[in-house]
Amino acid sequence: MAGGLKKFVVGSFDDEAVLFPAVKNVRKAGYKIHDVYTPFPVHGLDHALGIRETSLHTAGFIYAITGTTTALTFISWVFTKDWPLNIGGKPHFALPAWIPITFELTVLFSAVGMVLTFCYLCNLAPFVKKHHFHPRATDDLFVMAIECSDKTDDAEVQNFLQNAGAKEINVQVAETGWWIGRYDREQKLYRHEPGY
Amino acid sequence: MSLLKYESQQREPLVDGDKTYHQVTEDIIGPIEMKPTRLWYIGFFISIGLLLFGVYSIYREVTYGVGQWNLNKTIGWGWDITNFVWWVGIGHAGTLISAILLLFRQGWRTGVNRAAEAMTIFAVMCAGQFPIWHMGRVWMAFFVLPYPNTRGPLWVNFNSPLLWDVFAISTYFTVSLLFWYSGLLPDFATVRDRAKTKLRKLLYGVAAFGWTGSTKHWQRHESLSLVLAGLSTPLVLSVHTIVSFDFATSVIPGWHTTIFPPYFVAGAIFSGFAMVQTLLIVVRKVMNLQDYITMGHIEAMNKVIVLTGSIVGCAYLTELFIGAYYSQNMYEAYAFQQNRANILSPYGWSYWLMMFCNVVSPQLFWSRKLRRNITVTFFMSIIVNIGMWYERFVIIVTSIYRDFLPSSWSTYYSPSIYEIGFYLGTFGLFFTCFFLFAKYFPVIALAEIKSILKTSGENYKAKMTDIERSDAEKFYIEKVEHAH
Repeated sequence: MAGGLKKFVVGSFDDEAVLFPAVKNVRKAGYKIHDVYTPFPVHGLDHALGIRETSLHTAGFIYAITGTTTALTFISWVFTKDWPLNIGGKPHFALPAWIPITFELTVLFSAVGMVLTFCYLCNLAPFVKKHHFHPRATDDLFVMAIECSDKTDDAEVQNFLQNAGAKEINVQVAETGWWIGRYDREQKLYRHEPGY
Repeated sequence: MSLLKYESQQREPLVDGDKTYHQVTEDIIGPIEMKPTRLWYIGFFISIGLLLFGVYSIYREVTYGVGQWNLNKTIGWGWDITNFVWWVGIGHAGTLISAILLLFRQGWRTGVNRAAEAMTIFAVMCAGQFPIWHMGRVWMAFFVLPYPNTRGPLWVNFNSPLLWDVFAISTYFTVSLLFWYSGLLPDFATVRDRAKTKLRKLLYGVAAFGWTGSTKHWQRHESLSLVLAGLSTPLVLSVHTIVSFDFATSVIPGWHTTIFPPYFVAGAIFSGFAMVQTLLIVVRKVMNLQDYITMGHIEAMNKVIVLTGSIVGCAYLTELFIGAYYSQNMYEAYAFQQNRANILSPYGWSYWLMMFCNVVSPQLFWSRKLRRNITVTFFMSIIVNIGMWYERFVIIVTSIYRDFLPSSWSTYYSPSIYEIGFYLGTFGLFFTCFFLFAKYFPVIALAEIKSILKTSGENYKAKMTDIERSDAEKFYIEKVEHAH
């Protein structure tokens, strides 16, 4: 939950064509990019940032086969063991007739499981609040946050971003995790300080 | 240029006008931030009125029983199931646009998918009402679920198409809702970050789930959308297939046919696109979104209408051939020759009305000029919706009003005021939801429009002419000349 307070140099770009070389140069110069916030999915940006492929679809597959197994085992148990019904002498294990429900449960488990996993991984839920580096990151700006260590020279990074084509540059000290909060109020993450 | 995906100038732009990313946000979020117009209030309150009439009709039905409807001994499924199938069918276009067209990489879906998905969800909500209230003792509705009970436990019949329906419709509703909402998260975040009032900040802040637009989140979001699209595609086909099994697995002449699943699915997409047209032609005008829902979008949807309409027509004729002649079964032949195709029989008119609305009239859309005519499209969409309602009416009523025992052949079936009221009530529900959606939700998928803006926006395409020419020359010099 709590990522801790960190210092960032934040540069906002207004064109993805400028952003890509900037990302490349910033990484080459050895700065650590915390994240890039974009108003829409910019294809290839994840590769440019060196983010690994997501495994969400694998999770989806696992949920799907869980659904298939649940449906098949449950219906087989009901119709062959718990309450076998004699329907005109037809076999109790009537697999073709169970395919529709098995399919539906496969899809249901997979979809619900994937969405919940997605929300869990991205820390998304109602009343979750996070620090936003720029309000226009969801409108028209591509916002790059560079994480600073003790040794980083802010001015140098700012200069670097300026040369890379950033339109707006500033330094922010921000909470990297999420906390419970509302967007109509200023609320910070409650921190339990050791010693108190 | 290197970053931009090249798109031929031959293709019509998907976003008209001189747009920037910010302008797109302004155009789509702007109406949310304004006070509702007079017209909106009028429409909304008419919808609420219809909804209340529907609630009263349901109250009558629950209090006095299903006898409040004019169903009788032979016609056990009348308007009620007709409406159910009709509404479910309408929902299918939304999923087709959002899922199947995503897999086919059709860029034009971005302009219409959000509203179409909303339509899907509301239509499925309306559809669900009919089988539930048709149960009569609605407080026992949970009996359709396989839960451990004290009667054995006595389980539901997993071999029954009616139970498949329970699973299909509920899964369809859930998955559509998840798909729609996960797409809405980034757009709610946009509204939240622009919000000026406290209330809006609070509500959209809650609705956006704390979305930031992080690259990793977008990557997962893309993966999620793709997999959900992949799941929804067979799902949407399965739903109407299963609805058609309600009929096809029975032994009623007129229902007992293997052609039903593809025939129903095509019909569902057909009627759904007609409903999308009806709604979007109004929405684009009232909300001033002509730049995003362009003539090109309308034409593309009309092409789908003429295609699916022709598939449906083909299915009607095949069914007629098989039923009336090829089956060599007197009951089948009677159902088709007398109960349907004979225009002088009690319901013959409905069969020919259906034929006219669904098969003949959409053929006008082979003409490009008519496909691109708003008025024609709007009227056609209404005609198709009427036709598709009659299709379900024909399938249900003409197959059962004369059963195997001529002495119980029913007299003419016409709906009671509460049957009609219930149907109007679902219109109320649908439009109440749709009015709220159109006012408080981003009706166009903002993030998706932005992601295609630089390839398909009119102003960007115009700038590409020079690049296109120089690239073509370069290509010629590098690749073609040296080939010889």
